[in-house]
Amino acid sequence: MVFNPNAVNSAMFMIVVLVATAGLFVLLEAYFLAILQVLVYAGAVMVLFLFIIMLLDVDKGDDLKLGRRKLSLLARFFGVCLVAFLIFNSFSEVNLPSPDLGTVGDYPGIESGIDFSTSAKSFGLILFTKYMLPFQIIGFLLLIAMIGVIVISKKQKTAE
Amino acid sequence: MTIGINEFIIASSLLFLIGFMGVLLRRNTLIIYMSLELMLNAVNLALVAFSRFNQAMDGAIFVFFIMTVAAAEVAVGLAIIVMLFRKKQTVSVDELNQLKG
Repeated sequence: MVFNPNAVNSAMFMIVVLVATAGLFVLLEAYFLAILQVLVYAGAVMVLFLFIIMLLDVDKGDDLKLGRRKLSLLARFFGVCLVAFLIFNSFSEVNLPSPDLGTVGDYPGIESGIDFSTSAKSFGLILFTKYMLPFQIIGFLLLIAMIGVIVISKKQKTAE
Repeated sequence: MTIGINEFIIASSLLFLIGFMGVLLRRNTLIIYMSLELMLNAVNLALVAFSRFNQAMDGAIFVFFIMTVAAAEVAVGLAIIVMLFRKKQTVSVDELNQLKG
């Protein structure tokens, strides 16, 4: 993603990374956050990014001067190896052991009071009790951001 | 095969490193911005991992807040970038040096 000269390709890889992170959230049993990740990041933020990239059309000046050919060859090699390994793994007798989350450690000194839970219900419960003030502030922050964006884009229009 | 907290921390560090390299190496403001988002994501992953393995809900709530702030930040930042592009016709940080003394 970082080494790709094309901004649109970069954004596409970014979407892949975000969805993969959502998968890791699922593995961590944070299902609500995984859904939120896909909706907010992959859905809204990256669409905004792609819009701006296409609007500005900034693909002309390539800036990175690295050994891109060697790098891409290496990446291709690793990709082919990975695909071959996965195919071999899914069709052969000897399978990888399926991943399994480690047990929760018993760490002393942690007293949050609220246990980790997988349901979205607990999110609502905590957001409206323990974290009520940050929740309100976040809402206000979103309002401020909206007004700020409107002001920023409007100023430019009248100036032209 | 069990996956402990170490693997998640390593993955999160790698993501953070990639984002950091992107901020350092690239000259395109949009890509730098995307790399910043990637770093935020890495931190989110670490927070959720810690939260899950400590059996505490606070980390997950914090991730929720970080996501909201990041969304607001992206909206404002992209608006600023668009305005900058209209004024200067470039988004390369090499040419945006008006603040240089």
